[in-house]
Order: sequence, then structure tokens, then C-alpha cells
Amino acid sequence: MTPQQANPQVRSGFYTLLYKELLRFWRVGFQTIAAPVITALLYLIVFAQVLQDRVQVYGEIPYTTFLIPGLMMMSMLQNAFANPSSSLIQSRVTGNLVFVLLTPISNREFFSAYVLAAVVRGLAVGAVVWVVALLFFPLPVVAPVWVILFAVLASAIMGILGLIAGLWSEKFDQLAAFQNFLIMPATFLSGVFYSIHILPPFWQGVSHWNPIFYTIDGFRYGFFGVSDSSPWLSLAVVSFVFVVLTVVAMRLLDSGYKMRL
Amino acid sequence: MSSAAIEFQHIHKTYVAPYKHWWERLQKKPRSGLVALQDINLRIEYGEFFGLLGPNGAGKTSLISILAGLSYATSGQAWVCGHNVVTDFRLSRRSLGVVPQELVYDPFFTVRETLRIQSGYFGLRQNDDWIDEVLHNLGLTEKANANMRALSGGMKRRVLVAQALVHRPPVIVLDEPTAGVDVDLRRSLWAFISRLNKEGHTILLTTHYLEEAEALCGRIAMVREGRVVALDSTEALLARVGGAGLEEAFVQIMRDDRNAQGAA
Repeated sequence: MTPQQANPQVRSGFYTLLYKELLRFWRVGFQTIAAPVITALLYLIVFAQVLQDRVQVYGEIPYTTFLIPGLMMMSMLQNAFANPSSSLIQSRVTGNLVFVLLTPISNREFFSAYVLAAVVRGLAVGAVVWVVALLFFPLPVVAPVWVILFAVLASAIMGILGLIAGLWSEKFDQLAAFQNFLIMPATFLSGVFYSIHILPPFWQGVSHWNPIFYTIDGFRYGFFGVSDSSPWLSLAVVSFVFVVLTVVAMRLLDSGYKMRL
Repeated sequence: MSSAAIEFQHIHKTYVAPYKHWWERLQKKPRSGLVALQDINLRIEYGEFFGLLGPNGAGKTSLISILAGLSYATSGQAWVCGHNVVTDFRLSRRSLGVVPQELVYDPFFTVRETLRIQSGYFGLRQNDDWIDEVLHNLGLTEKANANMRALSGGMKRRVLVAQALVHRPPVIVLDEPTAGVDVDLRRSLWAFISRLNKEGHTILLTTHYLEEAEALCGRIAMVREGRVVALDSTEALLARVGGAGLEEAFVQIMRDDRNAQGAA
């Protein structure tokens, strides 16, 4: 090969990295899509049975109907986080991340591929939970644009957090700690199972500092046209968090944090 | 800008120990570190078969990592085919194929999928003809549809070589490619790499098997404690020890440098 051939036209490897990340969870769809759907349905069945006639939310809306968007969003959040974090920690522990790092893929392309794959997995899980829940309980959609907007933004936020967690963690137990001590409490205490208006004032105040609350609240607004906060406020908070996390993740990638030593 | 296949200019690399506690980030005291490379200057011309030799921990892999963009130099610059590895990383990485030292693989995919994905990372979507040729030359055709998990260590090593070649890089770096590899694979690997070199590919090889370096490399650099302590043609290095072999030359050069360092 002559030296002149060292200058071939450069095309992006982004699509292949995205394809690989999608293929990675699709190959084990039983574990990555079916399992979270079963978990969400179990929550739905148990909570619907126990609380259907005991909890009053948003006037006439039955509790089960209220619960479905919350469970959809919780499944989306957890799976969007799991996709890049598990992929990165596996690649880093086994060492095969080197195959990506050796290529012309830029940090921006790397970020976009991992986050977009997380969004796709989040939306896939959310959509399947919705379809399966529809078999048992009717669910109206008042404003589909808000539903899609919050589903995408929330999955993207958790995808970026998953990326950051995957970069930061050096061992599987560190990733598990990130998941158990940060992601799980933030999602469970964000109004998945209840309207924060039924909480005492102090805990209502605390909930307003949890950005995950706004993803679920805005998402619910899309279904019912009613929410605890204004959907515009939710959109502003969620967009702000998205921008901040993007900046943090890009700075980590640009500095080579734990990847290019 | 460099006109060589590979060029390093004044490369220094110090690995600084990571922070143990977050508050250490606020302190301004200087942090200690491990000096891996000290003022490395090397120029490898197009078409060369170049050997980089040195004991464990000498800095060979650190130098290769900087060239491949797996690591950033503390100071200094490096180029592949005239492309700066930091400011022009896309073209420098397209020009470079690296066979890593560690036996790593992605257990989710088959051999062919692995190579297709690797091609895609370089922006090559219709690359099956070349993939078939590489598979054939490395004796992997029969294993093309086998999952990576199912391969023996030697076969996985072949796939690593194939992955480094999917984008037809003009410069190929082999970091101890024959460590733990049987005689058959070693021979077929060197036959293939020699052929690529004759076709014009530049090869940079690190190895602990000095007889391999002696047989294959036209020029050799020896590094010790992050410095280049010898840089010459293989014949000239052999002549230093009266033709007693590269191993003898290596031992003598390392000993001389150790003594010189001790005296300083």
C-alpha cells in the first residue's frame, strides 16, 4: 500500500457504533425488554389490587390508570440507564472498548451513539409496557407530543447518567452502588406510584428538587392533561438537566477520563 | 507535519496516581507519578519493518498507546502518515492498525460480525471481499461464523490481527503478537505480515522473541526506562557484538545503559 492511500475519504463510524449498541440489547431481548415489562406489570397488578379504591388522584382518574404512565416512565428510566452503563462497564472490564477507541469515532459520535441506543431501549420498554397494560386497562392520551417529548428527554437524561456511571465505575459493584443508591431512590421517590400532592408539605418540597419527578410529571400531563406542576416548568427543568449532563459527559470524554489515560 | 510513516518528537509520559479522596482535587500540591517515557524521538519511514525492543516496563506499550490515541502524551507530538495523533486523530487512526497485546474480544458476536462491526467503525460498510481475504490469509475462514467465545486463544489472537487490518491501514503496529502462540500460527502470521510489508505496509513490532525481530526487522530501537538507548539497523546492531546474535546485543546494550545510569 502506498503512502497516498493513507488519506482515504473519512466517513462516520457513528452508525455502526449505534447499530452495535442496539444489537447488544436486542440479542438478549428476553432480559433487556421482556424482564422489565414483567416487573412493571407485577407492580401494576399488585398496586392496582391493593390501592385501586383507596387512593384518590387527579379527581376522577382511576388509580390504575394514573399508575400506568408512572410505571412506563420508571421502566424507561431504569432501562435507559442500564444500557450504556452495562455496555461500558463490560467493555472496560473485558478490555474490548479498545476496538472503539482505536477508531476515528469522535467523542461526540461516541456520546451520541450510546445515548441514542439508551433512548431506543427506553422507548422500546416503555412502549411494550404500554401495549401490554392496554390489554387490561384503558389509557387515554390527551397530548401525545408531551408524551413523546418527555419519554425521549427522560431516556436521554438517564442514558447520559448511564454513560457517566459506566465511565466512573471500575467494578460492577461500583455501578450497582450508583444504581441502588442514586437511580433507584430518585425514581421511586419521584411520584411513580403517587401524586406528590398527597405528601406532607416538607416531602412535597423535597420532591421538587428531584429532577426525575419532572420527567414523570410532564409525561403524565401528556396522558391526562393534568399534573402536579406546569408541563412547561417540567420541560424547562428536564431540558436544563439534559444540557448540564451533556456538558459533564462531554468534558469527561474530552479529558479521556478513565478511557484514554 | 511529518513526512514519515511514524514520527515521535520529544514524547514525555508521566502516569499521575489517581486521587484517592475528592478533597485532594482542591489541594494545589504537586502530585507524584510514574515516568514512563522521557524525550522519545523516533522516525520510521514508509515501508520499514521496525522493531521496538525493551524489557518489561520499558515503555513500549506506552509509546504505542500514544500513537494509537489510547493515551495522551504529557508533552511532545506524534504523527502517523503525517497526521497528528491528537489534532488530526481521524486520519491518523484510519492510517493505523493496532494489534493489542491483551487477548480481548466481544463475546456477543461471531468472527464475521466482529470484523464487519470493526469495518463499520472506520466507515466501511461494503467490506466483505477484503474481510474474506483477511480471514483466508489468517486461516479463519472455517471459524467465520463461530462465536468469539467458542474460539481457542490462538484463534482469538488471529481475529485480533484481522481486526487491525479490516480498514487496510498503511501502518500496522503489532504489540507482542506472538506471546503464547503456537509455532504454526507464528509462522503463518509472519508470512502474512511479511507479505503485507513487501506490498508497502509499514510495520512496527514489539516482541520479546529476539530471533523474530532479528529475522524480520530492518531497523531496531531498544528502549529502557522510557528512553531510547539504541537505534540502528539490525545488521549494525549485530555487528556491535561480532554477529553473536540480537539477544547478545540486547543484553549488552541494556547492561551498558544500566552501568552508565549507575555511574551518573
